[in-house]
Amino acid sequence: MSDTGHDTPHVPGPSLWPIAFAIGVACLLVGLVISWMVAALGAVIAVVCGFLWAREVTRDARSEVPHIEPETRAVADAATTPAVAASTASQSLPAYTRSRFLEASTLGVGAAIGAIVTLPVLGFTVLPSFTNIDEDEADLGPIENFPEGDYMIATYLANPNQGEVSRRTAFVRNNGLTDNGEPSFTILYSRCVHLGCPVQPNGPIDEGARQEVDGVELRPVLAQSFGCPCHGGLYDAEGNRQAGPPVRSMDRYTFSIRNGRLVLGELYAVGNVSGTGANAAISRYPWSVPGTHVDGVEAWLYPIVPSQVTG
Amino acid sequence: MATKSKRQTAVDLAVLAPLDWIDERTGAVRGTKWFLFRNVPRDVSWMQTLGSAALTAFIVQALTGAILALYYKPSSEIDPVTGKPIAYSSIEAITDELTLGWLVRGMHKWGASVFIILLFLHMGRVFLFGAYKYPRELQWITGVLILATGMLMGFTGYLLPWDQTAYWATVVGINLNGTAPFAGPWLAQFLAGGPEIGPDALPKFYALHMLLIPGALIALIGVHIYLVTRLGVSSPPWSSEQAGRERPAAPAPAGARAGLVRGSGGD
Repeated sequence: MSDTGHDTPHVPGPSLWPIAFAIGVACLLVGLVISWMVAALGAVIAVVCGFLWAREVTRDARSEVPHIEPETRAVADAATTPAVAASTASQSLPAYTRSRFLEASTLGVGAAIGAIVTLPVLGFTVLPSFTNIDEDEADLGPIENFPEGDYMIATYLANPNQGEVSRRTAFVRNNGLTDNGEPSFTILYSRCVHLGCPVQPNGPIDEGARQEVDGVELRPVLAQSFGCPCHGGLYDAEGNRQAGPPVRSMDRYTFSIRNGRLVLGELYAVGNVSGTGANAAISRYPWSVPGTHVDGVEAWLYPIVPSQVTG
Repeated sequence: MATKSKRQTAVDLAVLAPLDWIDERTGAVRGTKWFLFRNVPRDVSWMQTLGSAALTAFIVQALTGAILALYYKPSSEIDPVTGKPIAYSSIEAITDELTLGWLVRGMHKWGASVFIILLFLHMGRVFLFGAYKYPRELQWITGVLILATGMLMGFTGYLLPWDQTAYWATVVGINLNGTAPFAGPWLAQFLAGGPEIGPDALPKFYALHMLLIPGALIALIGVHIYLVTRLGVSSPPWSSEQAGRERPAAPAPAGARAGLVRGSGGD
């Protein structure tokens, strides 16, 4: 092939000048019949448009030939083609080759598709454990069922649809009124703050006085301390750690009294309790997993706990 | 060259020809030879079989676990017939009612301990023989990962019977994870499916025990065994042979054998 730059026959681009040239010629011919003025106008149109047509058609030929970098490939055997090797070595190869572009775009598109697929799946793997976890408040019944001064073991289903796996136990003590005249309850959560085993009250349980009110089982107990059967954790009547491995005081419930009924709210962690009963001073922290410190230097190990984020 | 006997010709046609056909297209025969027909030091002993024993225990676990999954139901809901949780009822049915279920469940339950014990024995052998040294460091590392993954299998499998022991042991285990600095409370809440172990924890642990962790474990075992095949078995520390000797190119004279590093086999 003589002209390697043009694989297909050269076709000039579309143009309006031939039509205008033809109009000019037609005008000239009509003018020869009717008026020399019309013939002169036709001649001018034909000459001008013919000139512009020719100029447009020959634009490629007149323009400067663009310099096209010849395609080069790495020479496998430099010895056989020393001249080519020398010439390619002298020229700087394109910094970003087609194969590198294709490689990068394949990896990029693959990574994008992978992220689109993976990120929602990862989110679904992790997030349900941290969202929509609010437990309903638990109604423990009329406060008259809680005689002043003694603990009552209250067990209830936090979510009756889930069955026994949602059974919770709280140790509820009516402290009477505070100095301000407000009702006071000490409500300890039964899970040990060592590793979550069920803490038991140390004292006789009055099974004869057991009652069940609206699905809540109530049993009076004369408890001066609480002990955990798993690893020997021991707490006093206010939930302070007395012995064993627990790292803080027993967790407590917030509570409210509505229509004369005791309603349990959310759990919170307790660093230490000083004083007793209605006059106790409680250092309160956001609830955290058993075994995690909430106060002191060790609490620095747990700067953010899920309950601080998810409420 | 002696002419082939009639019997030899029949064997060639029946066995070798199909094998050649397969090998030409897949390389399976050469691959199997590379995997199995390896030179080993002359003074290996039963101590070097602990890894294979652990692998066998894992295969037993995988098979019995897959069969138990045909009958086990990971649900904490109450079965209206038995009045007990469905998971516990299905374990009871496997143990007491289904034919030979007690045996398969027992194999899986006790085999779990056998697997872990064999991993520790194997690890002790490798440590005491110094077999973790160059060039087998990555074998040691993948082996440690296999041990950790095996522990995760034990942790997740322990909850599945859904009895009091399973539940409270898992509560303790999850809260143990929760005491890890920084990420611990998040890990614990992820495993429990909420602040406390809820009904979602049982199917979650089942899926981890059945699908995710075994997939990781099988992949790790594959890498581990590939490295064993590639690098070969090390000599015991009391071996009189010099370690690291090059493999002789000529037919081996008496006493010579593969050194510390073998080439890729199949030859």
